[in-house]
Amino acid sequence: MSKLSTKHLLGIKNITPEDIQLIFQTADNFKEVINRPIKKVPSLRDVTIANIFFENSTRTKLSFELAEKRLSADVVNFSASSSSVKKGETLVDTVNNILAMKVDMVVMRHPNPGAHVHLARHVDCSIVNAGDGAHEHPTQALLDAYSLREKLGELKGKKVLIVGDILHSRVALSNIFCLQKLGAEVAVCGPATLIPRHLASLGVKVLLDLKEALRWADVANMLRIQLERQDIEYFPSLREYSMQYGLTRALLEEVGKKDLVIMHPGPINRGVEITSDLADSEYSIILNQVENGVAIRMAVLYLLAGQAKTA
Amino acid sequence: MKGRTLLDHTALSYTLDRLAYEVYEQHLDFSNLAIVSLQPRGVAVGEHIVKKLAELTDGEKILHGKLDVTFYRDDFRRREEVLVPSSTDMEFSVEGKEIILVDDVLYTGRTVRSGLDALLDFGRPKHVELLVLIDRRFSRELPVQPDYTGRMVDVVSDERVKVEWSEDNSNNRVTLYSADQ
Repeated sequence: MSKLSTKHLLGIKNITPEDIQLIFQTADNFKEVINRPIKKVPSLRDVTIANIFFENSTRTKLSFELAEKRLSADVVNFSASSSSVKKGETLVDTVNNILAMKVDMVVMRHPNPGAHVHLARHVDCSIVNAGDGAHEHPTQALLDAYSLREKLGELKGKKVLIVGDILHSRVALSNIFCLQKLGAEVAVCGPATLIPRHLASLGVKVLLDLKEALRWADVANMLRIQLERQDIEYFPSLREYSMQYGLTRALLEEVGKKDLVIMHPGPINRGVEITSDLADSEYSIILNQVENGVAIRMAVLYLLAGQAKTA
Repeated sequence: MKGRTLLDHTALSYTLDRLAYEVYEQHLDFSNLAIVSLQPRGVAVGEHIVKKLAELTDGEKILHGKLDVTFYRDDFRRREEVLVPSSTDMEFSVEGKEIILVDDVLYTGRTVRSGLDALLDFGRPKHVELLVLIDRRFSRELPVQPDYTGRMVDVVSDERVKVEWSEDNSNNRVTLYSADQ
């Protein structure tokens, strides 16, 4: 018997290493469930969950929805493009209206960092952050660390490199918090313009040369260049970025890394941050990440829902 | 912590052996039978039964699954803490099989109810029987009765019956603890 230290999953920053281990332990059981012929358990049959997405998403939304359905929860979906938000309703009002229809939990993606923290102060239900701007994406970090643990064992002392657009990446920040809480060393690599100032104050190594960085790393997590968030030009051209920071087989052979683990949170821009051939290679655990995503989200929803006592 | 011993090591191993003989007598053919133990505490009982049956049948391989019922319980969101599950290990389909569900203590019957639900997610068994080491009568909350019973015990509701397995299997016992112990 155990419980999380929090009522919401707002970010990895707010949870403890014990919480992370509890989520992993629970996810192990859900991974077994989703590999059964009948991939469904009745645990959350009296729970209704609203997926509120103020920003586009395919993978995360689908993954949450599958996780919810495999726990037998009732699911309602809501996307901002077709909602009253366009008519000027505030976030708190929107969510309170949804809760008035007897919804128990909210999974939300929002373009503004901290939107979830604000919401958690004003509404009475568990909130799961499915991404807030360039701030955090906790379930992605959890499934990344879980997939790595599956591949490499305990993460203590492992060296994880995050490559690419660190400045606009919520995946990078949540990964840094999560990996450090599990005892791993983290470095980032990318064009200097795409690395936030003061990042080193989090205890992260900052490397500008990909070759040098790869020699150091056990794991490379390749991020996508988020052109949709870039309001100015951070580097001359995608082609130049790809030549300097794209991962290729030739580069791996040059630095002599035969056992590097390659990750990617998706969606991949094949031929930019990673070559098509490497993305599908024996180095890659990209599809394991996607499978584990459902198990991790089931674990998070199960643990949070279980804490809300109804009778 | 000292309780009253209900079954000492010798008595317990006789009881387990007798349960295995009863299963053997009832079935004779084990080709379509599987033992399914409820996690976590039914597993040790299940292992003893499977081992004894293997002896009786000259080493016939008897399927043994371990089933966790946490996700099927009826008290989710009704207790202070979340129950953390044990692992499920069911390497076979139960479709058309004769199943013997195994647990250590039968009390309210709610765990067995969850176990039946969990079991049906692995297929439609031909029939299901229930084997328990200890049956606490007069405390049932659901209409569940065992087919094979090790020992019937009458205790008041705030007492606890605990089956304890020593690590080297040399001092197993069943003990009754009162509420303040």
